[in-house]
Amino acid sequence: MAGLTGRALIASRCARFFKDGDFVNLGIGVPMMCVNYLPEGVELWLEAEIGIVGCGSTPKWEDADPDIIDAGGQPASIIKGGSICDHTTSFAFIRGGHVDATVLGTLQVDQEGNIANWTIPGKLAPGMGGAMDLCAGVKKIIVATDHCEKSGASKILKKCTLPLTGAKCVTDIVTERCYFEVTDEGLVLRELAPGYTVEDILACTEADVIVPDEVGVME
Amino acid sequence: MSKEEAIAKFHDGQTIMFGDWHGEHSAEELITGMLEKGVKDISAIAVSGGMPDQGLGRLIHEKLVKDLITTHIGLNPEARDQMFAGELNVEFVPQGTFAERIRCGGAGLGGCLTPTGVGTDIEKGKQKLTIDGKEYLLELPLHADVALIKAWKADTIGNIAFRYTGRATNSYMAFAADIVIVEVEELVEVGELGPDDIDVPAPIIDMVYVRTGEKKPFCPMWQRARAKAEGGGK
Repeated sequence: MAGLTGRALIASRCARFFKDGDFVNLGIGVPMMCVNYLPEGVELWLEAEIGIVGCGSTPKWEDADPDIIDAGGQPASIIKGGSICDHTTSFAFIRGGHVDATVLGTLQVDQEGNIANWTIPGKLAPGMGGAMDLCAGVKKIIVATDHCEKSGASKILKKCTLPLTGAKCVTDIVTERCYFEVTDEGLVLRELAPGYTVEDILACTEADVIVPDEVGVME
Repeated sequence: MSKEEAIAKFHDGQTIMFGDWHGEHSAEELITGMLEKGVKDISAIAVSGGMPDQGLGRLIHEKLVKDLITTHIGLNPEARDQMFAGELNVEFVPQGTFAERIRCGGAGLGGCLTPTGVGTDIEKGKQKLTIDGKEYLLELPLHADVALIKAWKADTIGNIAFRYTGRATNSYMAFAADIVIVEVEELVEVGELGPDDIDVPAPIIDMVYVRTGEKKPFCPMWQRARAKAEGGGK
């Protein structure tokens, strides 16, 4: 989609990773925004950790049912053909490799594919919820994040300094400035957001970046 | 049975599993009873810390909980403040591991091997085993003195049934405690719940309490959100 910037561009790019029929888990915020940008003909099975396979759209208050809630405790709905399971089965889907992809926000991510998004010791400790299990079991782990912190410091590092959520698990990193593929050799710059150059990315990224001969345009 | 009979089973210092999810799908009337009795020094096991006015969070609000094994307290700032002040000991467990540890506790298993947390601080102090070339952590069972469960219906001999996401953690916690107490919305005659409808069978359940208040109230978080949405234009 032309003309997108910022978080909308991140969500749009992430959505292009999905294939029709993929079984995915999307967190709140930018990850959930991906469903607004799905390519033509792509429909997903959305998983909610509480035990929904086939989450639908958020119901209106008059249709809200206290017995159908999402992972955050908000009103949820179940699509036609969707199903319910208990919480052990929900994490069997996740850990057992049955979930095709997840999109995670983060505090830090690094060139080895490590991700740290659950705590800042002494400051922030909401708990990891289901994030560590997603990191352990989902096939494609897409990190959707602002490229830098508000201070301007890079969130894409040589090595995470915060406690890890998952080790060597991230497959793709999408920011408002570029898309990196995480490979055994390191981060490969695959696409640039409109308006950014390779030099811009190298200047705002602490991690080592591999620049291939051809770098595409992110949309 | 009456609320008093159920509440008589709760004592200071017990380990108690709460089947609630951020204080929803919660045995809210029995939690009110626990508050009235002033049960304290609770070691709680729950998927989240609830909210200050919902579920387990109401007991945390009154500082009746000393230990909490959970996956997430992000919706309860009071739990966070008590943790940072050293008043509440919190052990964070990844959510899938939380489920399996309780399942082990109820299923007679000595623990489970999970890849979750390998390479993170979660592996500290735990045995690591390599099976077919992949590393796993040995996670140990969780068991409680009492499990406080919320279900939709029970029949008069104690079979219970959940509705939609209400089963989430309530279903497996029912197996992992010495005493299992269930708060239901509705009590039906034996036979009304058929074999396919029963989620947890009667021999597992010790006590059933039937709600006397509203059967399916919106939780306070929903009431606030709805009021805000509907009153937004005024």
